Amino acid sequence: MNAIAMPTSPKQAAKREAGPWRRALRKLTRRRSALFGAAVVLGFVVLAIFAGWIAPLDPIATSWGDIRKAPSAAHWFGTDELGRDVLSRVIWGTQASLLAGMVSVSIALMLGVPIGLAAGFLGGAVDLVISRITDAFLACPFLILAIAMAAFLGPSLTNAMIAIGVSATPIFVRLTRAQVINVKVEDYVEAARAVGNPPWRIALRHVLPNVTAPLIVQATLSVAAAVIAEASLSFLGLGQQPPAPSWGSMLNTAKNYIDNAPWMAIWPGLSIFLLVLAFNLLGDGLRDALDPRQR
Amino acid sequence: MFEFLLKRLASVVPTLILVSVLIFGLQQLLPGDPAMVLAGEEQDPTVVAYLRVKLHLDKPLPVRYGYWVAGVLKGDLGESIRSQEPVLTLVLQKLPVTVELALLAFAIALLIGIPAGVVSAVGRGTAWDALANGFSLWGISTPNFWLGILLIMLFSVQLGWLPASGYVSPFVDLRANLAAMIMPAFVLGNGIAGVLMRHTRSAMLQVMSADYVRTARAKGLSERVVVLKHALRNALTPIITLGALELGTLLSGAVLTEQVFTIPGFGKLVVDSVFNRDYAVVQGVVLVTASAYITLNLLADLAYFAVNPKLRS
Repeated sequence: MNAIAMPTSPKQAAKREAGPWRRALRKLTRRRSALFGAAVVLGFVVLAIFAGWIAPLDPIATSWGDIRKAPSAAHWFGTDELGRDVLSRVIWGTQASLLAGMVSVSIALMLGVPIGLAAGFLGGAVDLVISRITDAFLACPFLILAIAMAAFLGPSLTNAMIAIGVSATPIFVRLTRAQVINVKVEDYVEAARAVGNPPWRIALRHVLPNVTAPLIVQATLSVAAAVIAEASLSFLGLGQQPPAPSWGSMLNTAKNYIDNAPWMAIWPGLSIFLLVLAFNLLGDGLRDALDPRQR
Repeated sequence: MFEFLLKRLASVVPTLILVSVLIFGLQQLLPGDPAMVLAGEEQDPTVVAYLRVKLHLDKPLPVRYGYWVAGVLKGDLGESIRSQEPVLTLVLQKLPVTVELALLAFAIALLIGIPAGVVSAVGRGTAWDALANGFSLWGISTPNFWLGILLIMLFSVQLGWLPASGYVSPFVDLRANLAAMIMPAFVLGNGIAGVLMRHTRSAMLQVMSADYVRTARAKGLSERVVVLKHALRNALTPIITLGALELGTLLSGAVLTEQVFTIPGFGKLVVDSVFNRDYAVVQGVVLVTASAYITLNLLADLAYFAVNPKLRS
């Protein structure tokens, strides 16, 4: 990826880049665990998009005659304390979890990558200030910071996503910075500088494309962490607000009925576990396929 | 060595200053007038006016920060709106419970994670390796509050062996304390065990191919001695250092675990404060947590330095 010397047209560059990416994809598809992860993620994405068609019942419709009914032909996953269908709520809950995972990691990427790029590429005082601020953020444990931010912003899914995204940003700043510092001394960057490219162009066209592989790996693993973080915040009452379904808030209610309605806790928890496991497997597979040290 | 220590200590100072700015900045996230928000639902004008003066809200932001930091440096983290008690007193009351939970959880994580990592590295490519890797993935992917609920279902509701919630001080009844803490500690330690297993596996694989391990084997030492005495001892340093970085996960996880098992610790304090809109307590908890995390990281760095002869020289 880092061996070619001179800047060329975007088309030629794309052609050149296809090699390593295609190799990585081949390597990824050879890992059964990564494929399983990708398939499960895809399954959840389908569930989230088509929840309205797939869910058998309205997830917020209460039924006083069906309170805490065990799983049956009418309600495959049983019903909750308000007689709502647990299966329908689990299916609709996929939206909150996936949305939180994707949006918060997008926020972290959008903030972290440019800041890390600036720190690594510009160096000097800019790097010093950014690194110190990053250290300060990293000194606050991820979930504690997210809880504090969600508390001050107010409880809602949007605020939870912002809190998780901002709390996850320092990891991307640090990773991008480290990668950029390694890449910016490569011959092809020197060559780009020698032919008179302005710094912003070198950073965006020659440095950034060569640091994306570890960022993709980290982003995949961060989605897993963000899904758990959203479920945690919702479990604490700081995420998705009732009656809208979310796996974390479903578990929060379920813990009050452990002795007489265990199914209320099993399915949402299993869904979080499966989705997080799938992203972790996919992330591990991507790491093996994209990280040159693993190759 | 002295220069390294000084440099490392000096690097903590700007981090602490920026952490204080960050935590003070949290208050600025409150929508609208903080005095009105902090005054609660009634928003009594007298209380609002009192809060405005007490929190120096009539002063510019940097001056307010200065007042806040000066208070923090004197141990004044503010006052709980709910209980009227100093935040520091509340934090110090709850801290020992969380520290006990965290220490037990870390011990469980070490007891599970390190042997699993060793078995995985030694039996690379075997069923044991797959089993250990599966365990690690399980630990990393399981939300600890769900695991807590599942364990309560099994050990408290079905079998009736352990209490589902509550806390008894070890100084009052050690047996009851351990009975109450074993499930939460396992729940909290499970995820960290998974991470430690991965660190151990990777460190062991690196060490196992080192020359001195090959020499130990060539001398005819038994595999057990080679693995435990020569390989593991050398692999332990990075494992412990990386493990120390998991202390942040431990503190975050404690919030959820304490909530599931109704343990009156630090985590429960922050959650209760969030719902009581007791923002001074939230800020205090974040400040103490971050300071503890910075200190523990510093100690881990120093420990790494102390046990690594290459760095010392």
